[in-house]
Amino acid sequence: MTAIMTQGAGRGTFARGIHPEEYKHYAEGAAIEVLPTPAEVRIPLLQHLGAPCQGVVATKAPVKVGDLIGEPGGFVSAPVHASVDGVAGRPGAVTLPNGRHVTAIPVKADAEQALTGRALFDAFYGGDWPGEGELKGYEPQAIADVALQSGLTGLGGATFPTHIKLKRNPEKPIDTLLINGCECEPFLTADYRLMLEAASCVVTGALLAQQATGAKDLILCVEDNKRDAAEALAKAAEGTSAKVLIVRTKYPQGGEKQLIIAALNRVVPMGGLPLDVGVVVMNVGTAAALAGAVARQRPLTHRIVTVTGGGVAKPKNLLAPIGASYNDLIAFCGGMTDQAARVISGGPMMGFTVGNLNSPITKGTSGITIMTGAEVAKASETACVRCGRCVDVCPLNLVPSKLAMASRMENLDVARQYHILACMECGCCAYACPASLPLVQLMRMGKALVNRADRG
Amino acid sequence: MAKQDAPEAKGKTETAGVTIHVAPSPHLSDTTFTTRRMMLDVLIGLTPAMLVAVYIFRVHALIQIGSCVAFCALAEFMFTTLRGKKVTLGDGSAVVTGVILGMSLPWSAPWYTAAIGSFVGMGLGKVVFGGLGFNIFNPAMVGRAFIMLSFAKVLGAPAYVDADSTVDVLTQATPLTAAKNWATAVVGAPETVAPDQLDFMRLFLGNTNGSIGEVSALALLLGGIYLCWRRSASWEIPAGVGLAVVVCAGLANVLGLSPILPHLHLAGGALMLGAFFIATDPVTSPLTPKGKFLFGLGVGALIVLLRLFSSYPEGVMFAVLIMNALAPLINQWTIPKPVGGPMPVKK
Ligand code: SF4
Ligand code: SF4
Repeated sequence: MTAIMTQGAGRGTFARGIHPEEYKHYAEGAAIEVLPTPAEVRIPLLQHLGAPCQGVVATKAPVKVGDLIGEPGGFVSAPVHASVDGVAGRPGAVTLPNGRHVTAIPVKADAEQALTGRALFDAFYGGDWPGEGELKGYEPQAIADVALQSGLTGLGGATFPTHIKLKRNPEKPIDTLLINGCECEPFLTADYRLMLEAASCVVTGALLAQQATGAKDLILCVEDNKRDAAEALAKAAEGTSAKVLIVRTKYPQGGEKQLIIAALNRVVPMGGLPLDVGVVVMNVGTAAALAGAVARQRPLTHRIVTVTGGGVAKPKNLLAPIGASYNDLIAFCGGMTDQAARVISGGPMMGFTVGNLNSPITKGTSGITIMTGAEVAKASETACVRCGRCVDVCPLNLVPSKLAMASRMENLDVARQYHILACMECGCCAYACPASLPLVQLMRMGKALVNRADRG
Repeated sequence: MAKQDAPEAKGKTETAGVTIHVAPSPHLSDTTFTTRRMMLDVLIGLTPAMLVAVYIFRVHALIQIGSCVAFCALAEFMFTTLRGKKVTLGDGSAVVTGVILGMSLPWSAPWYTAAIGSFVGMGLGKVVFGGLGFNIFNPAMVGRAFIMLSFAKVLGAPAYVDADSTVDVLTQATPLTAAKNWATAVVGAPETVAPDQLDFMRLFLGNTNGSIGEVSALALLLGGIYLCWRRSASWEIPAGVGLAVVVCAGLANVLGLSPILPHLHLAGGALMLGAFFIATDPVTSPLTPKGKFLFGLGVGALIVLLRLFSSYPEGVMFAVLIMNALAPLINQWTIPKPVGGPMPVKK
């Protein structure tokens, strides 16, 4: 087994941040199950950060899992593929939980599917994977190309197209690739289960990404509340150049820039990207998808989604086709309980509430968190007491109370002076605020105002 | 962006028979730490000092603190109702103001001064600014300052002393008055011995005369440490005060400006009460850790200056009020640099 490092170049953590209750107990023990093929999936043509795709499939055309149905609409874009065997329908509009209205292509599933159940899981994650020697035979550019053709995006939630991260840039060489297995959002356990159950697949993808970027060092980072996952990865990484690093559990440890500080003690300049400091960060789910895409020619058609919280009957981790509806997944988990109060796409810190459960899940849906009234409980809002708690927890060292006040007063000068555009909406400030102020909402408002004013 | 914000508006949707709330992230909050809990912490932190007060000043302490609390609560209720605002008594801040005002008065202050101080403190000090969170000056100190300016005698040195009292400490001048007199006397007659009120152990334990809540440095220190440990007060402020007092008083002593040593400054008068419970009022102190420390330094330095060079024996109240006025400026000076530097201006 590869030794697990507890100390890298960084201190294993970043300054400030919070320690919310983890709530991982709901689903951490649930082995990944395969969602039975839904009757219909609706595949949005925009699931990534960037330009929407162009639909390229005729209505009523038969499609197979992995068939291209949407072509990328620009450099920052990623194609989409059919996720079930079936017949394409007429494109229609869907509203995603983040509020965007996008076009989606429906696919009616055939009664007969080539792959279901365990066979489907194994096709993606199981079986044997090529060794490091064989992986070194891949052309770096070819790996990036496959990532593009396979529609890979970051699966941690930000959905940045993966091929852009993998493409070598002679002016900004990469020396370190960090694989992000922190999963710092409370409740979510999809990455954790993946690391436990498909460690070899994750390591294979990581080695491929290392090969593509030319990074000298490959470090798999896991928070110290998931030591068994770190051990599984270390076992799978035996005999390879990959290293496993334990970082300290803290929210938002899984934020790219926070992880780079914790693991490498490097600070990404504001407004810059990890590659500015020679680093690429890739989520474990994305690494696994890259392995499937390159070694098994499987485009990104499925992902692992945690369905969890006190508001769902049987919390599970599901391998689900992209485009399945929130309802499909929730129903398979026994439906909602009477205490269900809020359905969230993603985790509770940065997730969006889902208003319409018929919406499809996308490449960025890491979980469905169904919280009870007690779990979302908040103290009643009072005036800001200027206690500075928000300042004490902001990972970016901003002054949230000032920013919130500036947004409220629409005082853009103060908002700029206090760096409102730097805010990443992680929610630490609002979590800690004793006055229960809607700080993140106010930040978003202020950012929108400043951006609008800057555009003139 | 505007479009993205739309579905976040608070509301409920009925889906599949379950009521689903639509709300902005984050969906978790730290329910162990609320405004109310902070105020409760202050009261818990003040409890040891209140017990000492009752031990030394007997029923006077109860009357003084009780009446200030009652008047402050009444004042908050009246003012907010008059202005047609929601009554915010539930946050507990009026009670805290009342306790602190009561603890900063001498045992002999008549009831109407407590009433006036409470009403002025809550009215001028807080409600006119828009209520909790918007006031610039610490309301308790505003109320106390008003009493001092309009009823000088009530807070004057003789108000503390009752020559016929059966309680021993009440027959003596307060330590700071004694210290002031001593410092003056020493100039003419260097051999004058220090008054026995300035015995460090007496000051530290609280066996002295003074305002009701200030006598025991030990009790205040214990409560203050609790408050900082709970993070309901920021340790940076008392740390700043302590450091500045030691440095300034030490310097004054070395330069021969004052015979009073730093540790006596620390244990005497309202310093502990001020450092842990008054200067730390979050509303009227700066936001960032660095700002808080600077604020504490300012309070500490001003206390020593006022004690040594003003005509008053004590300086905590004015030191806090002056620094309250400077807090917005300190906030300006201490805007923290974001991790990764400021956002570059887009071209
Ligand atoms: S944490 Fe809340 S109450 Fe405290 S300063 Fe920040 S915004 Fe104000
Ligand atoms: S949401 Fe923004 S202001 Fe609040 S803690 Fe996160 S980065 Fe800081």
